[in-house]
Amino acid sequence: MNTRTVEIGVGLFVAAGCAALFVLAMQVSNLTTLGSSGGYRLTANFENIGGLKVRSPVTVSGVRVGRVESINYDLHTFQAVVTMNIEDRYKGFPEDTSASIFTAGLLGEQYVALEPGGSMTSLTDGGHIQLTQSALVLEQLIGQFLYSMAGKKPDGGTANHVENQTLGQPEPAPAPQPGQ
Amino acid sequence: MLDLLQRLGRAALGFFRRLGRGNLFLLQTLASMPGMLLRPGLVVRQMWSVGVLTLVIIVVSALFVGMVMGLQGYNTLVDFGAEESLGILVALSLVRELGPVVTALLFAGRAGSALTAEIGLMKATEQLSGMEMMAVDPVQRVIAPRFLAAFLAMPLLAAIFSAVGVFGGYLVGVGLLGVDDGAFWSQMQGKVDFYDDILNGIIKSIVFGFVAGWIALYEGYDAVPTAEGVSQATTRTVVHSALVVLGLDFVLTALMFGG
Repeated sequence: MNTRTVEIGVGLFVAAGCAALFVLAMQVSNLTTLGSSGGYRLTANFENIGGLKVRSPVTVSGVRVGRVESINYDLHTFQAVVTMNIEDRYKGFPEDTSASIFTAGLLGEQYVALEPGGSMTSLTDGGHIQLTQSALVLEQLIGQFLYSMAGKKPDGGTANHVENQTLGQPEPAPAPQPGQ
Repeated sequence: MLDLLQRLGRAALGFFRRLGRGNLFLLQTLASMPGMLLRPGLVVRQMWSVGVLTLVIIVVSALFVGMVMGLQGYNTLVDFGAEESLGILVALSLVRELGPVVTALLFAGRAGSALTAEIGLMKATEQLSGMEMMAVDPVQRVIAPRFLAAFLAMPLLAAIFSAVGVFGGYLVGVGLLGVDDGAFWSQMQGKVDFYDDILNGIIKSIVFGFVAGWIALYEGYDAVPTAEGVSQATTRTVVHSALVVLGLDFVLTALMFGG
């Protein structure tokens, strides 16, 4: 085996190793979407963020426009504060945009879905989203369902608490909550 | 009774003596590392035998490991209607665990045993003593380039293993079983983190390369200079490397992903 063949072989080997690392970085991992720290921030208060995590996606009509940057708890309002980083090219959401926390699929991860309103003024960097809808917590849902079922029986009325939830502040749940 | 106690004591002393010799050997090797900067040709030639010649077994087994994982993962995930997560399953298990560990095991079997046999035979035929007679430090001339080559080749081999394995999973998952192409990659990219997963996997493979190279070279250097001694040393290299790699893998995993 002469030196030239050996050196070419080793060169190819090292190049292949670096190429594999490059493929892992670019194709397999999230490095490509990691560096986009540019963009502007929006904050929103939620009653309950469920399983939302930092770096969860933020979508509009199913299109990913940004990521959750940080999650904090505000001791004055007793609500979770979610800071989102939205890419610069998706600028100009109306002021009355609403944010909801949904789950992708039945067991999937949770994400923030924005829904643009009709206002003429738009949100800028540091803007605050007023209208929010909390994550659905399965236990709470079952509890409310059981309660409404129990409420139906005596008078046959429609105590449909589940549908009554307004955007933003979910009704304070009635006092006796079975299943919690 | 006393005989039994004596035997236990002798075994323990032998164990610690070997451990101490191993550590001294490692220090000696590391101390002669700077000299390697002047002789890169030696390292290149060892990279050939340690890295390039191991490439075939690495690529082939990575392809099949990835394909099997695609098949098995699909069969389980399809029950939950989550077959799009196949990409995450294949990529995470390869990058975090299988890539570094299986590469290290194959490396110990293919390159480590060859290193031990080579150096053991050099010792048995008194080539190492011959070098000392000529005032050539055998550690610097023979051991250090091999150690450096093993240390450098392991992360590259592990990266190749992971990349080829993911490709194998892609072939089976997308090509054969009909998982959606875009979902396979996008879910993978969403969940696999460069720093948490890929860099930690690389760190693991660097540690394994260090340990596997150390064990292989030490066993060869410390072998009883007979045919039987060399064969025993070669066996010990494979067994000890496999045990240490698997044990260290648990420790490293607990440190990296346990918290």
